Amino acid sequence: MAAPHASDLWEDDDKAPQVTIPPVAPTPREAALLPALKDAVASGIITGLLLLPLVGFRATESGSGPLTLTYRFGLVAVLAAVVAGLRLVLNLTVWHPDRRRAGKSSSPLAIRLRAGVAPLLKPAFFALALAYPFLAILLSGGLSPSRYWVDLGIYILTYVMLGWGLNIVVGLAGLLDLGYVAFYAVGAYTFALLSTSVPLNAFFDAHVAEGFWASWSFWVCLPVAGILAGLWGVILGFPVLRLRGDYLAIVTLAFGEIIRLVLINWVSLTNGGAGISSIPPVTFFGMSFDRDDTGFAAVFGLSFSPMHRMIFLYFIILGLAALTALATIRLRQMPVGRAWEALREDEIACRSLGINTTLTKLTAFATGAMFGGFAGAFFAVRVRFVSPESFTFMESAVILAIVVLGGMGSQMGVAAAAVLLIGGMEMLRNLTFLKSDFLFGSDFDPALYRMLIFGFAMVAVMVWRPRGLVATRMPTIFFKTRRAVSGSLVKEGHG
Amino acid sequence: MDIFLQQLINGLTLGSIYGLIAIGYTMVFGIIGMVNFAHGDVFMVSAFIGLICVLLLTTVVGISSIFLVLAITLVVAMLFTGLTSWAIERVAYRPLRGSFRLAPMISAIGMSIFLSNFVQVAQGPRNKPLPPLVPDVIVLMERNGYQVTLAYKQIIIMAVTAGLLFGFWWLVQKTPLGRAQRACEQDRKMAALLGINVDRTISLTFVIGAALAAVAGVMYLMYYGVVNFADGFVPGVKAFTAAVLGGIGSLPGAVLGGLLIGLIETFWSAYFSIEYKDVAAFSILVVVLIFMPQGLLGRPEVEKV
Repeated sequence: MAAPHASDLWEDDDKAPQVTIPPVAPTPREAALLPALKDAVASGIITGLLLLPLVGFRATESGSGPLTLTYRFGLVAVLAAVVAGLRLVLNLTVWHPDRRRAGKSSSPLAIRLRAGVAPLLKPAFFALALAYPFLAILLSGGLSPSRYWVDLGIYILTYVMLGWGLNIVVGLAGLLDLGYVAFYAVGAYTFALLSTSVPLNAFFDAHVAEGFWASWSFWVCLPVAGILAGLWGVILGFPVLRLRGDYLAIVTLAFGEIIRLVLINWVSLTNGGAGISSIPPVTFFGMSFDRDDTGFAAVFGLSFSPMHRMIFLYFIILGLAALTALATIRLRQMPVGRAWEALREDEIACRSLGINTTLTKLTAFATGAMFGGFAGAFFAVRVRFVSPESFTFMESAVILAIVVLGGMGSQMGVAAAAVLLIGGMEMLRNLTFLKSDFLFGSDFDPALYRMLIFGFAMVAVMVWRPRGLVATRMPTIFFKTRRAVSGSLVKEGHG
Repeated sequence: MDIFLQQLINGLTLGSIYGLIAIGYTMVFGIIGMVNFAHGDVFMVSAFIGLICVLLLTTVVGISSIFLVLAITLVVAMLFTGLTSWAIERVAYRPLRGSFRLAPMISAIGMSIFLSNFVQVAQGPRNKPLPPLVPDVIVLMERNGYQVTLAYKQIIIMAVTAGLLFGFWWLVQKTPLGRAQRACEQDRKMAALLGINVDRTISLTFVIGAALAAVAGVMYLMYYGVVNFADGFVPGVKAFTAAVLGGIGSLPGAVLGGLLIGLIETFWSAYFSIEYKDVAAFSILVVVLIFMPQGLLGRPEVEKV
């Protein structure tokens, strides 16, 4: 934080007075206990009141009859007591006025260690990602048992890629895009329509060699999907990028919803809510992954297993994600990438320096959209079924949560957040011990709490670490020495 | 003509509900310049509180007068929703004042997700139907077998909305709280120097907005007789559209915008296609934000450096 400046008094008024830390006086522990206790009791009572209507009572459906009320006052009491207890403990320890602010003075050894480890982190992550399917096969003992783990890896990597794509828009350029899933949908539907629609296939068969389309379709559609999604990014972005931050967010949200509603209602093209099924599977240089004599297994002399295709899909998404990361790293070192980051920090300063902000925003928007399109095409070939259900606002929110939690702008942070959130939530599903009778009972479904935790995590990260879990960012361009930029060092810009 | 009249009545009813929610958006935006994304979900929470209260009063307490039930439900829903909104502001928005501009927005999105999923977990994912509370209708005219009706519940909605708006207008224009609010809206730092408790004024703004959303929630529950945990999102976006259309920051604008959005939506459904009614609302939002960001009654925004 910069030293207070006389001109601060006259700065724009959408900034609140800084939170002042009460003067630290050496108070004995007993004196702190009473206010802490009072605070804990008050917060317990408030929690109880907040939870009373919707947790204390439950409107339960009884067959087709009217709703009946069931009561759960015990649960409310337990939750209120938990909040009060937590608050008391925090007040006496972490938030205690006596507690010295532990300065983050890391020892020289720690600094040297961090400097030594940091460059190895990315290669290690990539190597792990490369070895993951083989590790999964090895550890689960065979091709077929590893199916779940490889599938999970594909699932997580899809979100890593989407996170990296959205990171260009939100993290680098500082544009809050709540409709990112629209581009994901454009990519998925591009591939789905091109590969299943008969007139389109006939057109390609007539102009390109017969059968060409059938064997190459995913690989032909992938760039087409990316280009179309990027084009949609330009079309949607051009009129709206003049808007200020939160208006832009709302407009992108509206666009995302409009695209989804059109997909639902334009039944003649998209088959409406029923979706498009029987999308052709992915091929390996024209070889399909089935039992044929010309299939992948037969050509390479392997015994047939459906897992071959899964592992191939894993490597496709790994390649696509790596492409996204690589493109982002390169772009950040180019003038346009620097303009993005400058734009995020201070738009007005950018404009004064002659950067065309609309065009700069548009490139970020379109680049992000293109990677979303790639991911969408991959989604279509993996699931082989697309329907508007997959492209709701919640999906956008999950991707945004990944970017926000990972620290906007940090690639490793976003990847870690994706692994943590998507993998962690998947693990939550497997925690069967929670279903035991003394904890939550057998009708407890941990998967329901997934989005609840997402929402809570978004709020918590904004309150405690607004720059995300990986709060330190190295500038890509620097003067003399490379110094870390962290949320506590720079004054937050007004994107 | 008769279809037109019927749709006019329906549109005004729907518009009243949107207008009540829109006031919450516009007030919060006016005072701290933030789009309270969770407001739609606060509305949904209030509808659920109303549902619980109605069930409690009719089945457990056994009050037979439906108007008494509605009145008590309104008060209870306003109280609890106000408390909820106060807690949300305290936990999720207040620590972020002075943070970068998108931080409150992201926090609000998180809050919105949290609220809707909290209700899903606490009350279950299925639709919650109520038997019709006020089923009576007045037949205004009848021609060729087509009846134009005005339901009692529509009269209640419009009357309650009009009454509340008047009371609310009085609150903002004539009371010390309203003066403090308008002062904070103009210049927060100066207001603080003149002895206004800015934090409390902002909290109260959230509480008032939530109380009006609670009225809207109870009215929504009474009108449609069914509520679901996901019901906050679309009405929330439409009410935000109303606030933007009327000119964000302007209270009469919010009501005007709400009525317009309600009318546009019902007429669109009646005369064009019901499938694309949400598309119409979202398109209005996009068009207004791009071409007329100051809205109908709003002030043009001046960019400050």
